[in-house]
Amino acid sequence: MSAQAGTDALTGGSTDGPTPTPRPGRGHAWRRAFLTPAGVVGLVLMALVLLLAGMAVTGLTASPSAQDVGRSLLGPGAQGWFGTDQFGRDVFARVASGLANSLRVAVVSVAVSGVVGISLGVLAGYYRGWADRLVGIVNNVLFAFPSLLLALALAATLERSWVTVSVAIAVVYVPIFARVARAPVLGLREAEYVVASDAIGRSRLSTLVRHVVPNMTGILVVQTTLSLSWAILTEASLSFLGFGTPPPAASLGGMVYEAQTLAVIAPWMLAFPGIALVVVVVALNLLGDALRSALDPRSGGR
Amino acid sequence: MTALRTLLGHPVPRRLGEAVVTLLGVSVLTFVVLRVVPGDQITAQYGIAAGELSPDQIADLEAYYGIDQPLPVQFLSWLGGVLTGNLGVSANSGVSVAELTAQALPNTIELAVLSILVGLALGVPGGMLAASRPGRARDNATQAGSLLALSVPSFLLATAVATFLANRLGWYPNGEGYRTLLEDPWLNLQQMLLPALVLGISIASPVLQTTRTAILGVRAEDYVRTAQAKGVPARRLQVRHVLRNALIPVVTMTGLQFGFLLSGALVAEQIFAIPGIGRQVLLGLGQQEYALVQSTTLVIAVMFVLVNLLTDLVYRLVDPRVRVA
Repeated sequence: MSAQAGTDALTGGSTDGPTPTPRPGRGHAWRRAFLTPAGVVGLVLMALVLLLAGMAVTGLTASPSAQDVGRSLLGPGAQGWFGTDQFGRDVFARVASGLANSLRVAVVSVAVSGVVGISLGVLAGYYRGWADRLVGIVNNVLFAFPSLLLALALAATLERSWVTVSVAIAVVYVPIFARVARAPVLGLREAEYVVASDAIGRSRLSTLVRHVVPNMTGILVVQTTLSLSWAILTEASLSFLGFGTPPPAASLGGMVYEAQTLAVIAPWMLAFPGIALVVVVVALNLLGDALRSALDPRSGGR
Repeated sequence: MTALRTLLGHPVPRRLGEAVVTLLGVSVLTFVVLRVVPGDQITAQYGIAAGELSPDQIADLEAYYGIDQPLPVQFLSWLGGVLTGNLGVSANSGVSVAELTAQALPNTIELAVLSILVGLALGVPGGMLAASRPGRARDNATQAGSLLALSVPSFLLATAVATFLANRLGWYPNGEGYRTLLEDPWLNLQQMLLPALVLGISIASPVLQTTRTAILGVRAEDYVRTAQAKGVPARRLQVRHVLRNALIPVVTMTGLQFGFLLSGALVAEQIFAIPGIGRQVLLGLGQQEYALVQSTTLVIAVMFVLVNLLTDLVYRLVDPRVRVA
């Protein structure tokens, strides 16, 4: 692959043509990923999660925060699919709204940490020198804190809201993205087609954008998918510990915390948010694994 | 000069130097993050009544807590104190943070060690099982179990276990107050069993994956084929030639899981009421105790850096191939 792209660049054949990622392989990779059993299960579960979250966002469920003490602690049934909690709030509506909250925090935090971390990692790996050393030191410092502790300390110092939680999680994941993005750049900057691109007088930045970055999309897509699942777990843990999304807004971790004392008489209060959390994380992990085996040439997927 | 350069170029001193720079950065970050907390030591102590203090009283209190000094001065005096073993005093209990940490740390370390044992006991045989027939039913089932273990957050598993197991079995070892390993070893191990199991299950998953990959990698090596060809019995081949070499990355991985265990300890200690270092942080955060959270966080980060350094050095010692790199 790299050799062929390299000769293309040398002969001037593809200087303005497609990126060195082989065109025919691209569509196949997506199909390969999503047509495996793991990929199909992941897609179905994710569709279910998005459906629930969508219902919460568009107001198709009951209100997640409306209290009705007359209907407290009802089991699952016609009154409410997932039952009600001690304040008579509808657990189904709260799970759906909690899922929407999890996804929102995950997408925002991964988007922020992805853009910042990947940029830092790519620049550090491509230009090396003092920039690389500086990014390395910052990474080491951030890595020195257990991830949940760092997120906790950051979230606790800022005013509590879903935005601050997202920022706290984003800070924790920046070094991970930076490290994941830096590694392949070290190899790619020595690739023949990159050297060739330098040789025909293209600027370094332009080489970086046209030839280096497109060749690492596979790794980055997998990393992003898996990071979404970690971000959801981190948000849930923070909310469980009382430093995440503030009540009365529904969050899956917060619901598990509230269910702690009542779970013996009202197991549905613990079960449904717990299952929802596991389902969304399993779905993202399955999709990540499926993408990895489809996009990683070493796994022999083709 | 050249001797110095050779020394600095050598991986071990270089790693040590990196660790020192990292620790310095860690202390700056810890200091900065916890100084931007809205509300300072004074509002934490007096609550709303802080609004009724006269400017003179506030100035006196600020001087008492040392927060009237410029930030760099505060940082240096804090760092100086830390380096001489003075981690500050918990404002609520009046006990020194060093003393609190010295009581809490052994409990967390015990929990971490037990969790690692559980993780290895589940993960290594699981990985061997998965690697024995790659791609077949056994492998797929193990992988599915491992994925599930990875996807269930420890706080959820811990809550479910604490609620249902304790209730069904009528077994509440954590209900009667914590006993250390030295005070009452039998009760202590009962109290540690469930949290260690919960944390062990969550690290079993990466241990399993690493073991599987490592075994498959080692099995493809030439020396394994040679051993097989010269007629080494199957069991001896698996243990002496494959497993022994495959365990090197597993050891590294386990060392790196230590940080994850400290994250998990935050949750597990809270749920199972174990007075460890994670609980100390949460308590401090809840009561807005600067000194407590700052120093405890620093202790945790220092521990993490040292364990990673140690893992790296042990790895170099165990695997001669890395020494070249």
